[in-house]
Amino acid sequence: MTLGLAHFLIVSAILFTIGVFGIFVNRRNVIIILMSIELILLAVNINFVAFSSYLHNVQGQIMAMFVLTVAAAEAAVGLAILVTFFRNRGDIKVDDASMMKG
Amino acid sequence: MDLNFALHLSTPELILGIGAIVILVFGAFRGDKGMTSVSALSGLCLLAAAFAAATSDYGVAYNGSFVIDRVGLFVKVTIYVAALFIIVLGQGYFDRLNSRRFEFPILILLATLGMSMMVSAGDLIALYIGLELQSLAMYVLAAFRRDDAKSSEAGLKYFVLGALASGLLLYGASLVYGFAGSMNFHDIAAATVKNPNTGLIFGLVFLISGLAFKVSAAPFHMWTPDVYEGAPTPVVAFAAGAPKFAAMVLLARVLQTGFGHQAFQWQQVILLLSVLSFVIGGLGGLMQKDFKRLLAYSSIANMGYALLAIAAGGTGVSALLMFFVMYMVDTLGLFSGQMALKRNGEPITQIDQLAGLAKLNMPLTIAITMLALSVLGMPPFAGFWSKFFVFGAAIHAGLWGFAAAGLVASVIAAFYYLRILKLMWFDAAPAGIDASPAEAKWITYLAAAFAFPGIIVFLWLAYPLAQAAAIGFGG
Repeated sequence: MTLGLAHFLIVSAILFTIGVFGIFVNRRNVIIILMSIELILLAVNINFVAFSSYLHNVQGQIMAMFVLTVAAAEAAVGLAILVTFFRNRGDIKVDDASMMKG
Repeated sequence: MDLNFALHLSTPELILGIGAIVILVFGAFRGDKGMTSVSALSGLCLLAAAFAAATSDYGVAYNGSFVIDRVGLFVKVTIYVAALFIIVLGQGYFDRLNSRRFEFPILILLATLGMSMMVSAGDLIALYIGLELQSLAMYVLAAFRRDDAKSSEAGLKYFVLGALASGLLLYGASLVYGFAGSMNFHDIAAATVKNPNTGLIFGLVFLISGLAFKVSAAPFHMWTPDVYEGAPTPVVAFAAGAPKFAAMVLLARVLQTGFGHQAFQWQQVILLLSVLSFVIGGLGGLMQKDFKRLLAYSSIANMGYALLAIAAGGTGVSALLMFFVMYMVDTLGLFSGQMALKRNGEPITQIDQLAGLAKLNMPLTIAITMLALSVLGMPPFAGFWSKFFVFGAAIHAGLWGFAAAGLVASVIAAFYYLRILKLMWFDAAPAGIDASPAEAKWITYLAAAFAFPGIIVFLWLAYPLAQAAAIGFGG
């Protein structure tokens, strides 16, 4: 059996689904949400690189570089916001983020 | 295609980008006491960028990833001017809170740069980079009052849901790239004709969902009320208008340039989002007690009109441009009206607290009344004309039923805006209110004056521009 495009796409689809479920199912900790977001972005990167190699087109790899960079920036911003949230509330449980409702 | 021409075309973005970096260094040396001068410099930067955009040439640069057309320039000038007003509002707001921080105008500049790139995006890479630049700056701005629990909660919610939306959008972009074989919108359009397949449509649906999150169209609206309630008011006034305008135009560009041949496929999706936005925006607004949350639901309903204009295609783009400028002015006015109201040093956030305002501050009551009437679509105010253009485009495209749904939605919206008017004019005032800060007051008056009679001048000047802009769009 050789590895084809479909295998990469399936792995990436599975990782993407795990990431999305991680955001919605997890009720414990906001850090886990940040990890899920990283997982989603990396799943997408697998897609881009697999397509790029399959199509012999370099644009997908360039996009993967940009996604990596943005993922780093996003993690930095997310953690910074999380720190301010923790300072105000003393906890980072997901269920605690419920001052505002309606 | 030489570099000089490409740089010439991107002058507004270069001014904003280089300006933001230089001002950041300046601010870092001056510290927070330099916020006033940082604000002034950022304002100058935005003015220069607006001037450069207004006098710019048209063309395509950087191998098709950067498109400068009439639609783009129209939107850019609008967004730059809106950002200028937000910097003025923010300066006063943080001054009065006694928490001056020089990063605020710089973050506004960076968000504006991101929006400007979104508007001009000609391929998926530029789309993603522009969107993320705008979003990351907005997440920080939403959590900008870092000692305030509500503000940081708003920032956290905005961040988590926004990052999820970016992920969805990116997954869609990867599928579109893979099945079309290119990032460029024109090449994607060629691929949809040559080799239409479900992978492309699948990717397109993800792409639309991601962008629908950013414009807060139902059913992707969950973040909107919380962010509107918690984030600092100048930031909300910004987030309610400019980023949504940019994302809407980006959506129109992706759909009409990249998937123009697939119009019958995406039109149904957009119409579904539009009707859901009408329903959720209308019904959700009915039971709100918080003024900013009410405006959030009102904005969800208004995104329904903008989506209806996109679904109409053709003349829809000029309707979209006209609609959004008028909507942005109305929301800017309403939010600065909210900022102008304080009682014993505490901001007035509940709708009930507006009771008897007519006896306490007549000019502001008149201005808020005009803006509320405008948002609910009463002629001759701006909001009536904005809806008039959207319904005109929808009926022109044969979407009678959806135009009727929009009319019902504005009747529902009329109910909750008329409740505010009744409270302000006819109920008894419980206690006095504080003197209004000058800049918030005057921006409210200005927006009210735009709603009527300024709208006559605006229609006369801008309508031909929007018409001309729509002709070459999406080809």
